[in-house]
Amino acid sequence: MKKIINDPETVVQDALRGMQAAHSDLLTVHHDPAVVVRADAPVRGKVAIISGGGSGHEPLHGGFVGRGMLDAACPGAVFTSPTPDQVLDAVARTDGGAGALLIVKNYTGDVLNFETAGEMAESEVRSVVIDDDVAVKDSLYTAGRRGVGGTVLLEKIVGAAADRGADLAACEALASRVIGSVRSMGLALSACTVPHVGSPSFELADDEMEIGIGIHGEPGRQRVPAGSATEMVTALLDPILEDLPFASGDRVLLFTNSMGGTPLIELYLAHGIAEQLLADRGITVERRLVGPYITSLEMQGMSLTLLKLDDEMVELWDAPVHTPALRWGV
Amino acid sequence: MGCTAADVVAALRAAAEVVREHRDELVRLDQAIGDGDHGENLKRGFTALLSRLDAEEPASPGKVLKLVATTLISTVGGAAGPLYGTAFLRASAAVGDAAELDRDAVARALQGALDGVVARGKAVVGDKTMVDALTPAVTAAASVDGSVAAVLSAAAAAAAEGAESTVPMVARKGRASYLGERSAGHLDPGARSTALLLRAFADAAAKA
Repeated sequence: MKKIINDPETVVQDALRGMQAAHSDLLTVHHDPAVVVRADAPVRGKVAIISGGGSGHEPLHGGFVGRGMLDAACPGAVFTSPTPDQVLDAVARTDGGAGALLIVKNYTGDVLNFETAGEMAESEVRSVVIDDDVAVKDSLYTAGRRGVGGTVLLEKIVGAAADRGADLAACEALASRVIGSVRSMGLALSACTVPHVGSPSFELADDEMEIGIGIHGEPGRQRVPAGSATEMVTALLDPILEDLPFASGDRVLLFTNSMGGTPLIELYLAHGIAEQLLADRGITVERRLVGPYITSLEMQGMSLTLLKLDDEMVELWDAPVHTPALRWGV
Repeated sequence: MGCTAADVVAALRAAAEVVREHRDELVRLDQAIGDGDHGENLKRGFTALLSRLDAEEPASPGKVLKLVATTLISTVGGAAGPLYGTAFLRASAAVGDAAELDRDAVARALQGALDGVVARGKAVVGDKTMVDALTPAVTAAASVDGSVAAVLSAAAAAAAEGAESTVPMVARKGRASYLGERSAGHLDPGARSTALLLRAFADAAAKA
């Protein structure tokens, strides 16, 4: 294992210290328990939007803390959900009197820890669970679909609504609407190495790819020969389109995401193919996001996320946002 | 002879040592069908527990178990944190303020732990989780005669068998469930850690 780290045991706190140094105008990092909080928290009268999860997906979630998105993020150990005391601390530091909405990705650990925190919190707290990954098929016999790329879009849109003064019930309803309209799928060309484990989470031959991977180095549903970029994009896009389903005439946001190790040149190439395939089907791409926004350490690979848009979602997507990873309109 | 707060602390110190010894094994098991964090997470939790036990000596077995619960909930993370935390919290509630635990109290504590895990994680036997180790352990504990050590020894043996029974299972809970059929053929790391903890408790009770 070759990584730019001093000690596998302190990777997360060491990285948080660097994040504080880089973005002290936007956020404040607290330790014990670890919480990333927007610099001007709590914002009086505003619903606090809080998320969190295992580390290793940067910029998710800490990179989305700031005006128009998250009030706080709770970083767990690498690929491990945060603990309830982190979530409680985040709520206490950001509740401006209008309550808090917890955005939880659907993983057993995340749901259990956030659920436990929600039961213990003294403020008014609601939570929503995002499960946009179409790779997990039979939800009756699994922990259910995972929360992946759609989380980024959800945090941006609900964060904008809270910034405009939407109350807790309205934020929760909007979040449910976004969750119901967003679908994702990812693939890996290589595995990633968790620092405290030291070896790759799975083995892929040079000519193989893993379809339907999650964001924690867990293997996917299917291992197939790595084909052309067009075949890869098609393998992700088809199941997404069939699932919601998306149809001719739909307006969408297309999010082409790198898992961390895939360079932008390949990502733009894939994005161009996805735009063309959607145009061929009569689906209008009205908004885009391209880049590494929800990653799996240094994994090579990508995910595609499609969100079916309405006017309100477009307006909230375009609304000002000022965070380390997303910034426009300010 | 019952089991005092000091006995429970000694059993937990032994369990922490077992977790440390088996950290790499649990990581490997979890890498095969999960995300590879189980061994590290448990080790972090039990290391934190050791320092809390160094700092304070709770007055009753129930209070020791509660300290375990709050420590694991706030330090382990993953699914194992709330699940083991809830297990120890319910075990604590099941034994109340008694100064010593007799064999019936230990059996009640195990039953409470199982009820807590099931309430929190909603898994049933056959889902390939820690419930597959804990359920037979509770049954064995309730049906065996004799001392606390005998109860824990029967529970540990049943848990070990229960853990082994997860090998052919297809996971229906947790991250392993994403693998579908590919999860078969692997020992569930949560069931394995449950069996390891019960074995550590049984060995400590036999020595006490």
